[in-house]
Amino acid sequence: MSATSYTIVNLPDQRTATLPKRNYLNNEDGLLSWLFTGDHKRIAILYLISITFFFFIGGAFAGLIRLELLTPQPDLVASDTYNKFFSMHGIVMIFLFLVPSVPATLGNFLIPIMIGAKDLAFPKVNLLSWYLYWIGGLFTLAALVLGGVDTGWTFTTPLSTHYLNTHVVTAATGVFIIGFSSIFTGLNFIVTIHRMRAPGMTWFRMPLFCWSNYAASVLMVLGTPVLAITLVLVALERLVGIGVFDPTKGGDPLLFQHLFWFYSHPAVYIMILPGMGVISEVISTFSRKRVFGYTAVAFSSVAIALFGFFVWAHHMFIMGVSNYSALVFSLLTMLVAVPSAIKIFNWAFTLQKGSITFETPMLYAFGFLGLFTIGGMTGVFLGALGMDIHLTETYFIVAHFHFVMVGGMLMAFLAGVHFWWPKMTGRMYPESLSKLAAVTTFIGFNLTFLPQFILGYLGMPRRYHAYPPEFQVLNVLSTAGATVLGVGYMLPLLYLGWSLKYGAIAGNNPWQATGLEWQIQSPPLTENFIETPIVDHEAYDYEWLAHKTAQEVTTVG
Amino acid sequence: MDNAIVATHPHTHETAIAAEHEHIVLPQHRHHFETQEQQREAATFGMWLFLLTEIMFFGGLFFAYLLYRNWYHDAFVVSSNQLSIPLGAANTAILISSGFFMALGVWAAEVKKQGLLVLFLVLTTFFGVAFLGIKAVEYHEKWEKHHIPGASFDVSQFINPEKYGLHEKPLAPDMAQKTQIFFFLYFAMTGMHAFHMILGIGLLFWLTWRAKRGEFSAGYVAPIENFGLYWHFVDIVWLFLFPLLYLINRHPGT
Repeated sequence: MSATSYTIVNLPDQRTATLPKRNYLNNEDGLLSWLFTGDHKRIAILYLISITFFFFIGGAFAGLIRLELLTPQPDLVASDTYNKFFSMHGIVMIFLFLVPSVPATLGNFLIPIMIGAKDLAFPKVNLLSWYLYWIGGLFTLAALVLGGVDTGWTFTTPLSTHYLNTHVVTAATGVFIIGFSSIFTGLNFIVTIHRMRAPGMTWFRMPLFCWSNYAASVLMVLGTPVLAITLVLVALERLVGIGVFDPTKGGDPLLFQHLFWFYSHPAVYIMILPGMGVISEVISTFSRKRVFGYTAVAFSSVAIALFGFFVWAHHMFIMGVSNYSALVFSLLTMLVAVPSAIKIFNWAFTLQKGSITFETPMLYAFGFLGLFTIGGMTGVFLGALGMDIHLTETYFIVAHFHFVMVGGMLMAFLAGVHFWWPKMTGRMYPESLSKLAAVTTFIGFNLTFLPQFILGYLGMPRRYHAYPPEFQVLNVLSTAGATVLGVGYMLPLLYLGWSLKYGAIAGNNPWQATGLEWQIQSPPLTENFIETPIVDHEAYDYEWLAHKTAQEVTTVG
Repeated sequence: MDNAIVATHPHTHETAIAAEHEHIVLPQHRHHFETQEQQREAATFGMWLFLLTEIMFFGGLFFAYLLYRNWYHDAFVVSSNQLSIPLGAANTAILISSGFFMALGVWAAEVKKQGLLVLFLVLTTFFGVAFLGIKAVEYHEKWEKHHIPGASFDVSQFINPEKYGLHEKPLAPDMAQKTQIFFFLYFAMTGMHAFHMILGIGLLFWLTWRAKRGEFSAGYVAPIENFGLYWHFVDIVWLFLFPLLYLINRHPGT
């Protein structure tokens, strides 16, 4: 282009700016237009509301657990009630929050826009998966209301099939149905990414968020059915009383473990991979640089997905798998650290010499980097055979997977929600409050879970509601941290809700980011793009952005 | 405009309109696909992925079967001898016929012959229902022989087979207990398969109704093709179940 003067795209004049007259939120009115929508953006909003609801239910149980553990004596609840608390906390948080969180909300909203498509390939299937999510969620809540489940989230047999008189079948049915919701979401993403990319949007021009969701989708599609059939067998075994898993009848509980962890270990990567995608977007945007080693980061997602299927038996080191297979699984488990480290190092190189600014999403992303690194490195401890035997079923495990899932995934989720909030709603959130929330969450998180590493190392077992008095100091610290953490989670709920009505108008591209989603209006039109875009530049190309005029952009409807 | 990201896509209007002159525009075209070809490819790809999830779903059951067959070989041999090969073989033939007519149905849709399509869909349904009918007969037989685990399962007939008129090797009591695992897996696997058939037959009724209205006679064949894939998948699962459950032990010496 010739040397005409270029203006950096639209920071709106706050006094005069209004939301676009026509957008996906006001295109149709009424509750029914939401409940029967095929629009991926509206379904994303439905999911966002739903999973927030379940997050706070799961969080309430976390609070009850920490409250019970404030004192060494079992003075709040009896042991069976405590078992129901941690079971419900686990089931709700894993299946109803962590697994769907980023894919079903941000992924649903963004993947079609990021690749230049008008919608996901199967809008009706997408809506169906939201309904399945709710039906499964209601089954889970029904199990809770009817009297609870005390199997833990793992439904371990033969405990779950023969020795417990709680609502295992109801809860398992719930998880089974939620599983299909997850399968359909993954299937939709894979087909959309394969078949619906806009002209010029090659695989290696796709934002890394799409790559990581793609990898997670492969895991959902291949892993979840195995969980589903396992739960069918558990339910059948419970109803009929004859067991493939019951050792007294010739069945093998290890078979359950193999089938269950074949899904549930990859499920960890289903949870973390989309979060890593968010982090790539956020770090690149607020460093004003292309993600260092784009291709390596993209392929590392695929590598994590691939390795994720070969590590499940490290959950069985103490359950009698042979020494040789334990060795092999130990080695394979540690291999997952390689692609994870590739990501961490590449993010670090992206930050190096970048023009870094500390907006709220970036604060959460930094939180992610620190916490996920700790979570990942303690994962190597647990992959190592000898250490694992010392630490299994202690609070060290609890701390480890909370660092990965809560420190990693939840931080990434919050980073993503803040990052794309202006795009989803057209409005900004109050900046100082949101930064306060990010810092509070980080402090609360560390205060909650760092003591648990020490507790576990000292030998405090998980899933007990009473403990020797010498563990009390650390438990009090942990509970205090959980309180701070709770405040950190409540804050966004309040100010994001506030911003829906009173937030400043965000404009199309408040972060000056390069992704396709920032080149359309906020909130977007129902059909996303007026004309199908032609992509002629790489992802995260900030030089391209600096040379783009506002006039070239087809945005407002 | 070399750095314009969002610009008029030369394919959206002129070429798309030209393309639509070549192929007839179908009412089933969804707005979010650029072309009908893209829509059809997406649907087929989605179906294959779904079948992949189904393979993983059945895979858990096959894994359990292979594991226990190795462990409790004798119990599995005796139990599988209780299944009726004639009924199983008849069902295999019936299911293959049903798959054959489904394949013809897909062909009929592709060459736009409405009458033939409806006929073949009806025949597919007929053989599907016949399969389930025979399966019901088999299940009933299992009930009468006390082979349903958890209900009134009778282990003693495998401990003293001669007393019950069975020409089988007597099993030690703990091994005889394991026959329950075989029958549990038999019901889980054939039951899961039958469940897929029932869903499929439901879909067949719906597709036949739509075919009668002429929906698939104008070139919009994706639903027929994709259902065909599903139906063949269900056939193939049976083609693994039949030898594994019925035939595998019928070699000399057992």
